[in-house]
Amino acid sequence: MKPFRALTSVVAPLDRANVDTDAIIPKQFLKSINRSGFGPNLFDAWRYLDAGKPGMDNAARPLNPDFVLNQPRYKGAEILLARRNFGCGSSREHAPWALLDCGFRAVIAPSFADIFFNNCYKNGMLPVVLSVQEVDRLFHEAAAFPGFRLTIDLERQIVATTDGATVFGFDVEPFRKHCLLNGLDDIALTLAHADAIRAFEAKRQVEQPWLF
Amino acid sequence: MPNMIARTLYDKLWDSHVVRSESDGTALLYIDRHLVHEVTSPQAFEGLKLAGRKPWRVGSIVATADHNTPTQHWERGIDDPTSRVQVDALDANMREHGAKAYFPFGDPRQGIVHVIGPENGATLPGMTVVCGDSHTSTHGAFACLAFGIGTSEVEHVLATQCLLTKQSKAMLVRVNGKLPFGCTAKDIALAIIGRIGTAGGTGCAIEYDGAAIRALSMEGRMTVCNMTIEAGARAGMVGVDDTTIDYLKGRPFAPTGEAWQRAVAHWRTLGSDPGAKFDRTVDIEAATIAPQVTWGTTPEMVTTIDGRVPDPDKEKDPILREGMERALVYMGLTPNTAMSDIRIDKVFIGSCTNSRIEDLRAAAAVVRGRRKADNVKVAMVVPGSGLVKAQAEKEGLDRVFTAAGFEWRQPGCSMCLAMNDDRLEPGERCASTSNRNFEGRQGTGGRTHLVSPAMAAAAGVAGHFVDVRRLA
Repeated sequence: MKPFRALTSVVAPLDRANVDTDAIIPKQFLKSINRSGFGPNLFDAWRYLDAGKPGMDNAARPLNPDFVLNQPRYKGAEILLARRNFGCGSSREHAPWALLDCGFRAVIAPSFADIFFNNCYKNGMLPVVLSVQEVDRLFHEAAAFPGFRLTIDLERQIVATTDGATVFGFDVEPFRKHCLLNGLDDIALTLAHADAIRAFEAKRQVEQPWLF
Repeated sequence: MPNMIARTLYDKLWDSHVVRSESDGTALLYIDRHLVHEVTSPQAFEGLKLAGRKPWRVGSIVATADHNTPTQHWERGIDDPTSRVQVDALDANMREHGAKAYFPFGDPRQGIVHVIGPENGATLPGMTVVCGDSHTSTHGAFACLAFGIGTSEVEHVLATQCLLTKQSKAMLVRVNGKLPFGCTAKDIALAIIGRIGTAGGTGCAIEYDGAAIRALSMEGRMTVCNMTIEAGARAGMVGVDDTTIDYLKGRPFAPTGEAWQRAVAHWRTLGSDPGAKFDRTVDIEAATIAPQVTWGTTPEMVTTIDGRVPDPDKEKDPILREGMERALVYMGLTPNTAMSDIRIDKVFIGSCTNSRIEDLRAAAAVVRGRRKADNVKVAMVVPGSGLVKAQAEKEGLDRVFTAAGFEWRQPGCSMCLAMNDDRLEPGERCASTSNRNFEGRQGTGGRTHLVSPAMAAAAGVAGHFVDVRRLA
């Protein structure tokens, strides 16, 4: 997994609450058996004017000029700014895969759906929870200043404007932080405890054999 | 002495599965049952192979193909080549690694993963149950700790039989009293979400209790637990009682003989202790619940059949107001329209929420002796599994539906998420027994109204939403 330490980027504001995983990557594009290639269909129903189907040449499709991510000022953004309950709905990891494939490495929102939040960490992507007021302020600034950029520093657990005038702290669980900073593979970490798992399993099999 | 402290059901399930803990509380949690389907597993098996790893315990795996499978013309196989690739990948992975049970496409026991687990007795009280699917919360009806996981975690469970996770908060939702006539488990679930909101349970595991929950069948409890994720909580659960034990007795993978006796004695302990502390408690009086219909694009945008489409102008919170306005544009609805004046184009009775035998009986009871309204283009009944389908046919329910002009289909997830050919066309309006009314969920531009099976059937015969209590 690619480590996440710090990131400075243009901020793309997506001003909607309850953005669900079906909106992030519509289900007709989930039929791939790979982890990559979902980016061109990120927010498909909002991003394009036609109805998206697998196998289309996305470069030739009509873009919805009103959709925020299609505006040139947000091109190349690696930070997505969103409203409450971002990533609600299904457990599909295709949602963070699509965001990553489109270049996003971090999402800032007042709250996230649990499974999406978890899936981000598994893919080297940082979900940052700020207060409703802080997020509101960032929305105003992103709208007011073309080229508005933020720095997210995971080590210091801060989100800061590039001039350093605004600095917001955020929480992150120590274990998740450690894994993300170092790009650690969860499975290898867990398998270091294989003996403990085996012992637990053996005991369980004796106590509740019907579970096996 | 932990035994001296009154514990919640969630505490008991959590404590009994912790292999070890990190200093920040992150735990290695042992997983008893791993349910697998074709959409969220191929990348996990691929990752396993690339890392040179093997599944830790294939005996924990119960697998089926459900999301992509067609619901008609099974003799033709799967026409859509991209769907077929995923189903073929699952076939190949099951052939290579094996499983406790695999019900491939076309098998008489194939069906929606959250229907086949319980009906085969592969979901047992006290288990941790995971699946790469958010509606895994369904299995909590059996006093399991059951929750959806992403594909990286599917790979983690395959490789280690464990998950790295932290304990959630415990929330109690008590539905007191007796559910009124014409109301079902689905109405309870939607009423709860209407009350606490789609993020009301975020960070929590919800336990359901109260007389109205206790009076539900296992099918009804599964419906309530299934919709838990729509309230933002990953896991929902109900403590064991006679209903649980009666349901499990004689199921193919349930224990038998002396093991059954031992298991039942243990299962009887799987409920919250008197006086156990919850982080949050919500009380709902069942008598206040009426048949529910959603009007918007999240399940919290819900009202009763005698209600009206709300007016955004009356909402003070600007973000909520904007969300309502956007939802009404998408849904093609005008504020203050009576819910019973909303005409529909399609009916979908099915999904992991409402495709079990009790759901089909409730829908058939409404449809019997009536006919689909002419303005309803398609009314589709999709049983949750091959076994549900066979049982329904034995009871003659299929003939009740077809005589009324409803279509009787093969089992699968179908139009709940429209990954197969069953979908809404842009602008079409559907009375659906599924769980999500998100934009585009049932087809690009499709408009979904979530209801109970009886309410969906009633809308199908009336051509618009109608109070099922007045049809009876």
